[in-house]
Amino acid sequence: MADQAIASRRAALTSRGGSAEAILTPAPAATRISLRAGADALPALSAALGVTLPTRPKTSASSGQRHALWIGPDEWLVFDESEADLMGAAASSGTLHSAVDISHRNVAVIVSGPGADVAINSGCPQDLSPAIFPVGACSRTIFGKAEIILFRTAEDQFRVECWRSFSPFVFGLLSEGAADASH
Amino acid sequence: MMGANRIPGVGRLTPARTARFTFDGRTLTALEGDTVASALLANGIHLVGRSFKYHRPRGILSAGAEEPNALIDVARDAARRQPNVRATVQEVFDGMKVESQNRWPSLAFDVGGFNDLLSPFFAAGFYYKTFMWPKAAWHAIYEPFIRRAAGLGVAPTEADPDHYASRYAHCDVLVIGGGVAGLSAALAAAKAGAKVIICDEQPEMGGALRYESGTTIDGKNGWDWAQETAGTLAEMDNVTVLTRTTGFGYYNHNFVGLVERVTDHLAALDKSLPRERLWQVRAKKVILANGQIERHMVFANNDRPGIMLASAGRTYLNHFGVAVGSKVGVYTAHDSAYEAAFDLKRAGVSVAAIVDCRENPGEAVLAEARKLGIEVLTGHSVIKAGGKLRVNSVSVARNGGGSARKIAVDALLVSAGWTPSVHLFSQSRGKVKFDAATQRFLPGTYLQDCLSIGACNGTDDLQATIDEALAAGELTARAAGAEGGTQVTLSGENRFGWTGGMIGAAEGAGPDTTVKAFIDFQHDVCAKDIRLAVREGMHSIEHIKRFTTNGMASDQGKLSNMHGLAIAAEALGKDIPQVGLTTFRQPYTPVTFGAIVNHSRGPLFDPARKTPMHAWEEAHGAEFEDVGNWKRAWFYPRSGEGMHEAVARECKTVRDVAGVFDASTLGKIEVVGPDAAQFLNLMYTNAWDNLKPGRCRYGIMLRDDGFVYDDGVVGRLAEDRFHVTTTTGGAPRVMNHMEDYLQTEFPHLKVWLTSTTEQWAVIAVQGPKAREIIAPLVEGIDLSNEAFPHMSVAEGKICGVPTRLFRMSFTGELGFEVNVPADYGQAVWEAIWARAELMGACAYGTETMHVLRAEKGYIIVGQDTDGTLTPDDAGLSWAVSKKKPDFVGIRGLKRPDLVKSGRKQLVGLLTKDPKVVLEEGAQIVADPNQPKPMTMLGHVTSSYWSENCGRSIALAMVAGGRERLGQTLYVPMTDRTIAVEVSDMVFFDKEGGRLHG
Repeated sequence: MADQAIASRRAALTSRGGSAEAILTPAPAATRISLRAGADALPALSAALGVTLPTRPKTSASSGQRHALWIGPDEWLVFDESEADLMGAAASSGTLHSAVDISHRNVAVIVSGPGADVAINSGCPQDLSPAIFPVGACSRTIFGKAEIILFRTAEDQFRVECWRSFSPFVFGLLSEGAADASH
Repeated sequence: MMGANRIPGVGRLTPARTARFTFDGRTLTALEGDTVASALLANGIHLVGRSFKYHRPRGILSAGAEEPNALIDVARDAARRQPNVRATVQEVFDGMKVESQNRWPSLAFDVGGFNDLLSPFFAAGFYYKTFMWPKAAWHAIYEPFIRRAAGLGVAPTEADPDHYASRYAHCDVLVIGGGVAGLSAALAAAKAGAKVIICDEQPEMGGALRYESGTTIDGKNGWDWAQETAGTLAEMDNVTVLTRTTGFGYYNHNFVGLVERVTDHLAALDKSLPRERLWQVRAKKVILANGQIERHMVFANNDRPGIMLASAGRTYLNHFGVAVGSKVGVYTAHDSAYEAAFDLKRAGVSVAAIVDCRENPGEAVLAEARKLGIEVLTGHSVIKAGGKLRVNSVSVARNGGGSARKIAVDALLVSAGWTPSVHLFSQSRGKVKFDAATQRFLPGTYLQDCLSIGACNGTDDLQATIDEALAAGELTARAAGAEGGTQVTLSGENRFGWTGGMIGAAEGAGPDTTVKAFIDFQHDVCAKDIRLAVREGMHSIEHIKRFTTNGMASDQGKLSNMHGLAIAAEALGKDIPQVGLTTFRQPYTPVTFGAIVNHSRGPLFDPARKTPMHAWEEAHGAEFEDVGNWKRAWFYPRSGEGMHEAVARECKTVRDVAGVFDASTLGKIEVVGPDAAQFLNLMYTNAWDNLKPGRCRYGIMLRDDGFVYDDGVVGRLAEDRFHVTTTTGGAPRVMNHMEDYLQTEFPHLKVWLTSTTEQWAVIAVQGPKAREIIAPLVEGIDLSNEAFPHMSVAEGKICGVPTRLFRMSFTGELGFEVNVPADYGQAVWEAIWARAELMGACAYGTETMHVLRAEKGYIIVGQDTDGTLTPDDAGLSWAVSKKKPDFVGIRGLKRPDLVKSGRKQLVGLLTKDPKVVLEEGAQIVADPNQPKPMTMLGHVTSSYWSENCGRSIALAMVAGGRERLGQTLYVPMTDRTIAVEVSDMVFFDKEGGRLHG
């Protein structure tokens, strides 16, 4: 078996797009876990993951390239842009929890530019004004006919996560929104 | 001059900027900014269409969105053509083609005009009465006739080449309407610091200031003030100003739909622009500043071209610089129409007379009329209009009788007063109240967080409107949380105050008459039709409306509702509030399908889900089938092969050698937690606590009622971790079903569910050579029968990447399902395929998968079951634990109906003629010669040609099926009856030895 070539990754999205007002860039590969746990497990899990799991709706916490997004009362999306081992980290907490590897389930598009919010609002009904959806805000929401997790990473930048097979649809609709954002 | 009726120096358009367009093939010149209506009028054209029912010649009645009459067909090119466009709204662009509608062979001579002569036979309710019998005539005569006659305009046949945009937006204050009230409110709200969106359907803000000539605000001409204010607002960061934007629908929780027309007025089409943009606005506060709509007078032949609303006459003059006639009459019940006469007179147009049905008009306007030398006939009415294709005279008589005097006119401006536009208020579910003093419905009880201001709120005085608007703007801004900012004050003045108004039929069109005095122009409803409806027993306005179709045209009766109501009230001898008002529905004006459908077409109509191996499958010639939103490889035809040949070859190859199949779409749920086994015990009929890590089991899931809901193989990865698979189509609902039970029935269990469908690409390798194909690629898993028997699962590596490897089979062959993280799917598939191809294996699709599993009698939930089968009915009672105290559906299974004999059961069917393949869905009977209707025993659920069996095979639901093994039953088809023998469900390798190869 040693002579076999190692299988290479093939990302669902590869090309950039969008408009000058809203640039669309497929995010690089990241490790991701869907983390489920009760309140009593949070301190140990936070310590093990190196990021304090947020407990308020629509909030996130970041530490370096690692981000924890509040998704539900006992649910977080944790992802690491340096592809560090999150499953191992969660397991090392020794707490009662569920961590499931979803690194390949989700695909992310970075939407950046002054019209990023307008592009996303082409299919997402949330209020993205900075007062309501500030930097660091996140939400599992809808974008057209797809479910997305929306994460504001800067004043003019969002990360849009969706399931892999929905990514062409999400990218396509974002492209339409990005085009309209430039008018 | 662009058009003979354009008056130099009058109006706001620039004479140098022209646009050419055609009307019924005739080339005309317009000015930039003209509507089709103003351009036609400038060229002396009043006749623009034929009416719907009687094909009467019709002209332009209004200058706005309320237009019921002047509906035209507008084309930019072959594909960009739209029928039923209101000429009063559509702006002219260079090169546009306009066609009149509902006429043949020509507008001036129309064969359908005979309907007008036949009108006694087309009275209200005609359709309900005439087409009752004979029954046979309906399909042959009546329906085709009605279909030909029905509908205005001709729908375009080409696909819409334009694109449409969509935006969700939020604001503190949404102001709908950009007249004096809307602008003032928006300014006050914006200056108070609120986030404001203001929209107006016109190309420029201003509302009634478009026609009003005598208004000053803060010392400025009203129109100039409006443009200046709109400019001020547009420059503020917290304000979005939307022109050509109609607030068409007011929905729950201050959710308002706006449609912005982006390119329909542009000569040079910028294809990057959307044709229209749909705005879906969630506003903390909504301010309704919708203004009011002028009513026409109801008298005989009031629909003749050249008769139009007085405010429209003023708009064409004061805004577009167009005189609607050279000798204009005025017929009114309201002071406002006098100002039309004044404006025309001052512009040098001859005014024949003002006929006022009131004895006592407002003194100020009366005095001004005298000063200008205009004849005023108070206490008189126009009892009839003369002329056919255009009004040429009016017959005027003193109220109460007497001889009529004929006055020659070439246009007649009419006004019966004004109706506050409460459409959006009504859409918001607010309740209107009737103001008896002014005979109008006004906003009463509010159900949503909105305010009405200005004319739509019944506020008539200009300064009162401004004050009300400024207060509303500031109040809503503060209530929405705006702090700081500055307060706004404005002062406004009008030249005249207005009094008057009437609703219902005027003199000469009363109950004792049979004249055609129209109230609903678009649906050709006359005053007498309302009375007929009442005589025939319709007493509710809802019934009268439906019987006469009054107000049911695309203009929603913006002009006709109040007249219809008043006439009905009079006929019923009731007060107007007792007769009631019909509810206004969205949309306020027609909205294009394009705006509503928006991005949801073509590739964005619905997400097309593709597996990680899709590109490879496409490159290798796969045909695809839709399974839910998934595109699944169906079969891989080689050159010269049809589906039948391809599937036969694939089926044979899998059993002879091996096959590779993309099973990525199977639903996958990771069930994690110390109580995972206990949870699965409750969700499935089988037992799970005795399943050891590293082993798999086929599970059946029931609904509460005991019927089969889903099935799949579940692998135990660890004590507290299971890998559950579901059917492709069932994945989302099974996840919801499990989550629902977990949260509501079993919240005490420490277990969590995560969908992993898309985490894993799944490559099924099935067939005698399956092990040989994958073995060299796999690392860390002993694939021998002893170490890794049928129904095993292990984690290891394949091609150097992590895998969850399952030994399982949906074909009855030795089989593996290789799960790898999705991004590795194609590379691993290619590595497997390289070996498989060398050994003579094939790639196979879903059709072959279906045949192979049917050969083994494996069911597909949803194809072989229909939601009424118990596990026993499906031959799966072995999968139902007899020991478990509880699972979802356990009580359902004990219902008497579910345990009685004679239930439909799944069995196999073998046609007596092995070459005959049954039709899926075909019914099964015991005796084909019994009289109809026959007693059906069941139906065929799956049926295929089996190359491996050398004959056809089928599965079927048959009443008492298992007791009929060996019996002959019949499948009656339209052309023949097929004899079949009932068999068990396993057609191939009955002993099942191949699984363990």
